[in-house]
Amino acid sequence: MGRITLEGVKKSFGAHDIIKGADLEIADGSFVVFVGPSGCGKTTLLRLIAGLEDVTGGRILIDGADVTAVPPAKRGLSMVFQSYALYPHMSVRGNIAFGLKMAGRPREEIARKVEGAAAILNLTPYLDRKPRELSGGQRQRVAIGRAIVREPKAFLFDEPLSNLDAALRVQMRLEVTRLQRQLDTTAIYVTHDQVEAMTMADRIVVLNAGRIEQYGTPLELYEHPANLFVAGFIGSPKMNFVGGRTAAALDATTIGVRPEHVAVNPGGADGATGLDWVGTVSVAEHLGSDTFLYVEVPEIGTITARGAGELGIKAGDSVRLRPDAARIHRFDANGNTISA
Amino acid sequence: MATQQTQTLGRMLLAPAVVLLLIWMIVPLAMTIYFSLLSYNLLNPGMERFVGLENFEYFLTDPAFLASLRNTLVLVGSVLVITIVLGVLVALLLDQAIVGRSIVRLMVIAPFFVMPTVSALVWKNLLMHPVSGLFAWIMSSLGMQPIDWFAEYPLFSIILIVAWQWLPFAALILLTALQSLDEEQKEAALMDGAGAFSTFFYITLPHLARPITVVILIETIFLLTVFAEIFVTTGGGPGLQTTNIAFLIYSQALIQYDVGSASAGGLVAVVIANILAFFLVRIVGRNLEA
Ligand SMILES: Nc1ncnc2c1ncn2[C@@H]1O[C@H](COP(=O)(O)OP(=O)(O)OP(=O)(O)O)[C@@H](O)[C@H]1O
Ligand SMILES: [Mg+2]
Repeated sequence: MGRITLEGVKKSFGAHDIIKGADLEIADGSFVVFVGPSGCGKTTLLRLIAGLEDVTGGRILIDGADVTAVPPAKRGLSMVFQSYALYPHMSVRGNIAFGLKMAGRPREEIARKVEGAAAILNLTPYLDRKPRELSGGQRQRVAIGRAIVREPKAFLFDEPLSNLDAALRVQMRLEVTRLQRQLDTTAIYVTHDQVEAMTMADRIVVLNAGRIEQYGTPLELYEHPANLFVAGFIGSPKMNFVGGRTAAALDATTIGVRPEHVAVNPGGADGATGLDWVGTVSVAEHLGSDTFLYVEVPEIGTITARGAGELGIKAGDSVRLRPDAARIHRFDANGNTISA
Repeated sequence: MATQQTQTLGRMLLAPAVVLLLIWMIVPLAMTIYFSLLSYNLLNPGMERFVGLENFEYFLTDPAFLASLRNTLVLVGSVLVITIVLGVLVALLLDQAIVGRSIVRLMVIAPFFVMPTVSALVWKNLLMHPVSGLFAWIMSSLGMQPIDWFAEYPLFSIILIVAWQWLPFAALILLTALQSLDEEQKEAALMDGAGAFSTFFYITLPHLARPITVVILIETIFLLTVFAEIFVTTGGGPGLQTTNIAFLIYSQALIQYDVGSASAGGLVAVVIANILAFFLVRIVGRNLEA
């Protein structure tokens, strides 16, 4: 069991309101990712849930019980820190066993659980090493091992992979996801890496300046962003935004279209929208599998277009772009999505 | 020093300092060895003659030697224990966000800036004096018999004074070490369910192991040669109760004017210091490499 509920949770440091009222319902066994720009309060919100910071207002419930005033150890959560925070003078075994030892569990139970966790995480050969004798990825696994042996109600991860190189990050991403499915334990995972968010999450919380902008599945956020911020934040390369007359023609203040929904040099006549843009390619990025075009369109600005495969277009070429009419997002003056 | 080249370079750069240090040490050492082999009393100038190891035999079989060796070890050991235990506690206290922390910190450091002679005088005349001292006043206002510290507990009194002088050093080094303890480690321990005591014993104390060994090493070097505090307060007495090796050598040389025997004593002290240093460096070195 591990259902976590936030009711109007607020946090201020002195006069600064960092979390401005968060309401959230995290279902048991789900994998929830907090994303948002740097400084938006992701870590703070996670630490509030962990109990490492006191809330300024609101309530935190775990499985329906109010834990707002309960100390961290009694909340039954475990946390994986960005810096791993391993105990440097203890062996891997000692690190993983520490929580169980503090809970006063019998020795043979501790030994059994530590061996079990080590086996799951491929740490068995390293049990008697000190953390400094391990690689970054192995340290990361020890930190995860320390979290899983206690069989917590939920795991809290604060950017656990950000110190690893790209290849290892992809591998650990898979391992963490697989482990979470296998243990079927609720997980809250903080990251500012979109790919991690989109690939790992059952549901994503998009945070901006201490507010929850949207809470939904990755595809919901991608297909139906609630506002300009989410639309711009989710998706890479970023969604194109166009204002002015073009948007007014569609009864919106701003319209947005993703680069992958802009057709390059389409055949046939203007589409239903009559929205063909002609411009000059300023930069063309050839990735092999995709081509990204940054096109200067007079009166509209730079439009990014993404074409599958190699398009054979280079900088300086003139291209015609046509947004997919069905995939245009419309936003009002406040930045909120106008539903169709 | 990873490569052959950096090793050679390192040695070459060190050489001048090492040579200078050797000359600095070897000249006085050679003179001491020379004097220790002479019968050389300042009361009989011009009567020096070679006597071989007689001075050593005289110094080592002197009952004062064993007594002063014991006093030296007791003094060093007790001061180490007091300064480290209290030093850890003070450092833990100063690490907390208490009000007026910077002022308290300054006050804790203060004794370190007081000269040994001055602090010994202050303790002797203002604090521990059986008639006009602060302790005597406290005891008599409580209706108790004042203690004549230097007569009744002479070695303990010296230990108290020296520990008071060295506490700031220990506390300061341990405080800086405490402040370098990763905050996330303490939080991880908190999440793991460790209380204040468990966190101290499993996280904080192991983190302090290294600075503690450094404190032990440095303090031992200085505590082996404590002199001013004894000279000012008890003069080594009553009897031999507060005579340590350093004071014994002094009394041989300048009270009995026996330079030969004092030089022999000096060499014995060097040997003792080296034996102690050998063991300390081995224990500490293991800790420092970790
Ligand atoms: N102890 C503190 N005292 C005062 N301000 C704080 C404290 N901790 C965090 N803040 C502020 O709260 C805001 C949110 O910080 P937080 O660490 O939650 O950001 P984040 O979303 O995790 O960012 P990042 O992605 O860079 O880790 C920041 O503006 C930060 O300056
Ligand atoms: Mg953060």
